[in-house]
Amino acid sequence: MKPRSATVRIAAGQGFWGDWLEAPYRQVTGGPVDYLMMDYLAEVTMSILQKQKSRDPSLGYAKDFIPLMERILPIVAERRIKITANAGGVNPRGCAQAVAEVARRLRLKGKLRIGVVTGDDLLGRLDGLLARGHELRNLDTNRRLADVRDRVVSANAYLGAWPVVDALRRDADVVVTGRVTDTGLTLAPMIHAFGWRPDAWDLLAAGTVAGHTIECGAQCSGGNCLVDWERIPDLANVGYPIVEAAPDGTFEITKHPGTGGRISVAGVTEQLVYEMGNPAEYITPDCIADFTTIRLEQHGKDRVRVSGVRGRPATDKLKVSMGYFYGYKAVGTLVYAWPDAYQKAQAADRILRQRLADLGLKFESVLTEFVGADATHGPLARASAPLDQLPEVQLRIGVRSPDRAAVDRFTREIAPLILNGPPSVTGFAGGRPKPEEIVAYWPALLDKGMVEPCVEVVDV
Amino acid sequence: MTKADRKRSVPLLELAHARSGDKGDTANVGLIALKPEYYPILVQHVTAARVARHFKGMISGPVERYELPNLHALNFLLHGALDGGGTISLKTDAQGKVFSTALLRLELELPK
Repeated sequence: MKPRSATVRIAAGQGFWGDWLEAPYRQVTGGPVDYLMMDYLAEVTMSILQKQKSRDPSLGYAKDFIPLMERILPIVAERRIKITANAGGVNPRGCAQAVAEVARRLRLKGKLRIGVVTGDDLLGRLDGLLARGHELRNLDTNRRLADVRDRVVSANAYLGAWPVVDALRRDADVVVTGRVTDTGLTLAPMIHAFGWRPDAWDLLAAGTVAGHTIECGAQCSGGNCLVDWERIPDLANVGYPIVEAAPDGTFEITKHPGTGGRISVAGVTEQLVYEMGNPAEYITPDCIADFTTIRLEQHGKDRVRVSGVRGRPATDKLKVSMGYFYGYKAVGTLVYAWPDAYQKAQAADRILRQRLADLGLKFESVLTEFVGADATHGPLARASAPLDQLPEVQLRIGVRSPDRAAVDRFTREIAPLILNGPPSVTGFAGGRPKPEEIVAYWPALLDKGMVEPCVEVVDV
Repeated sequence: MTKADRKRSVPLLELAHARSGDKGDTANVGLIALKPEYYPILVQHVTAARVARHFKGMISGPVERYELPNLHALNFLLHGALDGGGTISLKTDAQGKVFSTALLRLELELPK
């Protein structure tokens, strides 16, 4: 019998929807890989996609995924590279259909199988769940969902790795999912390749740590890395990370030869603590990973070895992410030049606020920042900056309100300041700011038994 | 000799690096020792209370701290840091991306 390959190589191609378009292509052409993993979904992406789908039922997925597939499908089909991607958004079937059409155009008919993972979308089931006593309280504020039920625009349970594993076992080459966890897209190929059991908690935790390490793409291979940042080589040509996983749960993080960036213990550590809560309890649908057990060591140039990961049994809940309509906001900016740039911007802010008050406009919040002085580090920056000598300052003022008319009127109060406010002002070429609808995030928990993942595999 | 003479001020920037992100209205800052031998200094001096004082006026909730001795790192959760967070926030740094370097502005008073 032919032995299974000792390791499996999983390449990260997208860390979010909008990430570098060249990365997936370079990952499948730059050297050997077995899987290409692409994460498209941030917390609020689902509500944006739900809105697109409500306008056109054939939409609701990451549209960029389709031209990307057109570019790389011939390569991945030839090299037998499999793809896991949560690009399906709120319409995984529509996304799979679009991929299938592309594949047929590329004459890959009969050569490609597409897996589709659904069952995460709970929008149509919310009232039933509430009626059966599932309160879906906000994890951060403990409010009941009933308070905002009529404003909910999207509701998706986070599915884990297992439905993706199911699709891979049924020989899917491309697995398109809805709201599957970022980590599940990396863990699933390992479970599939190594035959890990559902209660092998340490192994599942190791695969989850691997997923967390590469889910933000180049953020673990030299991008956004603070340590020694000026000497990280050739970021223009940055190599996205690759997990080289072994059946015992150890793995190495590396990248293709000849690419830029850097894989170091310091850089990988930065990514491990990114968006971290309690490090001993990294909870996913698949397991609880304990990040305080991770051991890292440099194992040659651009190669970090990860071992020692311990895990615990998964909980009986799934996280549900919902989007609900919250209100409106707008942000306006003007740039003031030396001399007294900061003082002029401050004066303009006072004048604008007085005008808003005189108009009787009500806002939930009005926030002023002075970009160049305090927008990123607030009072900590003001305490040390030479505020009298700044060459220029951008006044950035934002408002938020349930009342669209108030926000709209605010957007008309910025431009007049150019001629009727403090001097040496510029930077208004972009025109009047646009009021934006706010769809806010509502995290909740739901009993696992209430969610039934669905896996289909179709030939192209 | 006064007490001040026996102390020296060391910028945290010289002892650690950091990365930050968001979860709702909470910013997290992972603070990582630049050398393993600096980790005990971070544990002793960069307490949750000290960090809460540092960010006074910038966050509306409490500060929690977790230890990762295996990575020579501390993880801080800064609650109420992001003006509501995510899409609600009006801040430039709505996702808490630069709280990392804001923490590194901290000056530690260490024994000489």
